[in-house]
Amino acid sequence: MKKTLFFLFQAATLAFSVTSCKQDDPATPEIGSVVLRFDHVVGSRDLVLNDSTYTNGGGESFRVTTLNYFVSNIRLKRPDGSEFVVPQDKSYFLVKESDANSQKITLDEIPAGEYSAVSFLIGVDSLRSTMDIGRRTGALDPGGAASGMYWDWNSGYIFLKLEGTSPLAPIGANGQRSFFYHVGLFGGYKSKTLNNLRTIQVPFGSSRATVSAGPAAAVTIKGDVLKIFDGVKALRIATNPDIMVSPLSADLANNYAGMFRFDKIQAN
Amino acid sequence: MRRRQRFGLVASLVFFGLVTSCKTDSGGGDPDPGPSVEFKPTPYAWKKPANFPDPVYNFSKNTLTQEGVALGKALFYDGLLSRDGTISCAFCHQPSAAFAHTDHPVSHGIGDRIGTRNVPGIQNVAWGSAFFWDGGINDLDLLPISPIQNPVEMGDSLKNVLNKVRNNGQYRALFKAAYGTEEVTTERFLKALSQFMLTMVSGTSKYDKYARQEGGTQLTESEQRGLTLFRQNCASCHQGELFTDGSFRNNGLAMRLVNSSDYDLGRYLITLNLDDYNKFRVPSLRNVERTPPYMHDGRFQTLEQVLNHYVNGVTDSPQLDPLLKKSGSAGLPLTRQQQQDLIAFLRTLTDYEFLSDRRFQPE
Repeated sequence: MKKTLFFLFQAATLAFSVTSCKQDDPATPEIGSVVLRFDHVVGSRDLVLNDSTYTNGGGESFRVTTLNYFVSNIRLKRPDGSEFVVPQDKSYFLVKESDANSQKITLDEIPAGEYSAVSFLIGVDSLRSTMDIGRRTGALDPGGAASGMYWDWNSGYIFLKLEGTSPLAPIGANGQRSFFYHVGLFGGYKSKTLNNLRTIQVPFGSSRATVSAGPAAAVTIKGDVLKIFDGVKALRIATNPDIMVSPLSADLANNYAGMFRFDKIQAN
Repeated sequence: MRRRQRFGLVASLVFFGLVTSCKTDSGGGDPDPGPSVEFKPTPYAWKKPANFPDPVYNFSKNTLTQEGVALGKALFYDGLLSRDGTISCAFCHQPSAAFAHTDHPVSHGIGDRIGTRNVPGIQNVAWGSAFFWDGGINDLDLLPISPIQNPVEMGDSLKNVLNKVRNNGQYRALFKAAYGTEEVTTERFLKALSQFMLTMVSGTSKYDKYARQEGGTQLTESEQRGLTLFRQNCASCHQGELFTDGSFRNNGLAMRLVNSSDYDLGRYLITLNLDDYNKFRVPSLRNVERTPPYMHDGRFQTLEQVLNHYVNGVTDSPQLDPLLKKSGSAGLPLTRQQQQDLIAFLRTLTDYEFLSDRRFQPE
């Protein structure tokens, strides 16, 4: 088996090297860009950090101070079911409500054509999570952009972080009533742990994102914070003000896996 | 690798080289010229002791150089890595204690804050596949982020520490010497620390010399009896030449009370698996004589107390390691003389050359 795989690998290497010569071919396929815009709401209201008060399905009032999450392993799907996989090294983004630029993900070098859906992971896949630190730059740099989105004591990224205040939360060391939802865990290095990676499918309905050499199509995806509390399982601030490395993190991940929905496509 | 496979690999590499060479006509140029041609760091001759297994650390992703090790050492001894400049790595990891700390049961960090666990030593980390008492870290290169960011240890953030290093004139030349340019990145910073830590190889104890039959080194009768007892009673966990199998086990330490500050679920905190309740990584016993206190919470001060635990103090629980219940009841049946012989053997693991190695001392 090993030997077969080995020869397959060689064959693949050879095939890859031969096709790489085609770059000189004048008939290079047309490429273009797609923009994914993440727009965060709380139910029917826009998400505003710190100042707006919202109410979850349990009647608990809360404010949001932080909403960050990783979007990775993006795939664009065509109506015929085929898909374009965004190259791994260009497929990691950290979306932060506090940083408007981060909510706009531009994907370049996308083959021209029509796309009818996008899928992505919330979080960082296990392969990348265990890769050499030199392969984890940009959004994934724990000493840079990923600062605060990385568990140093249990090596791994925080996939999604939702923090806020609520009169239902206990008083913390800073004198504030805060809740902390940090979800990570990619399945473990050697011993199995929870795998809280979730793949999100966002079909565009009857709309199509057209990729061409012209202006990029911008796909707006709404992310509804209420779904984090009221999704597959209702989670309440009063009973669970802190969810981090615990079995409940899987419920939280199931909830936020349902928070995204297609909104519209516009020219960027 | 079998010969046919090797031929195949060579052939495919040759093909790859031939075929990709057609790309050179593209005229795009090399976007990253990299360090200048004069950059030639001095290789560091890292040696595996003859009686040790092959290392676990992948040296091919972090080639040791004299300059890289020197940079790592400068960082290791620099309080700049902590929020208020007072706590260096060496503050807790002292060379004379095999880079552990002997003054406190548990770690003592920034602003006199007290941690929850006994400072582990740094030795033979090239053979480590899991680090910390709970094995929360599996890659040596990622380890330093944890103490730097732990609010009761160095209390800073890696991001801020990197900025401080960038703004510190002393490091420009050190980074340039190690990497060819002055650029400070997460990877360079962490791998330099790894380089220095990887040089901390303890393999010149009396036991090693005996194992390698160097200079006719002999064990005393008591040490020899201790070695035999060790192999019978201890070596299934404290295995091989590293004196650990790297596993996580519950060795029957009495649980402290729930809600007390030293209530520690160990490996469970990483895996959330109930079987891992109160399990901790089996520590190496190299230099054990010089690294009190003992256990994850530093509850024992002497090797006699440790042996007494294994004979009289093992608490039974569903998670207790079965190897500690072999006789039917919890604990190891060892006479007082046997305990003394075992301790005599454990003292042969003290590596004086390692503990006083000038290369590890601050400049």
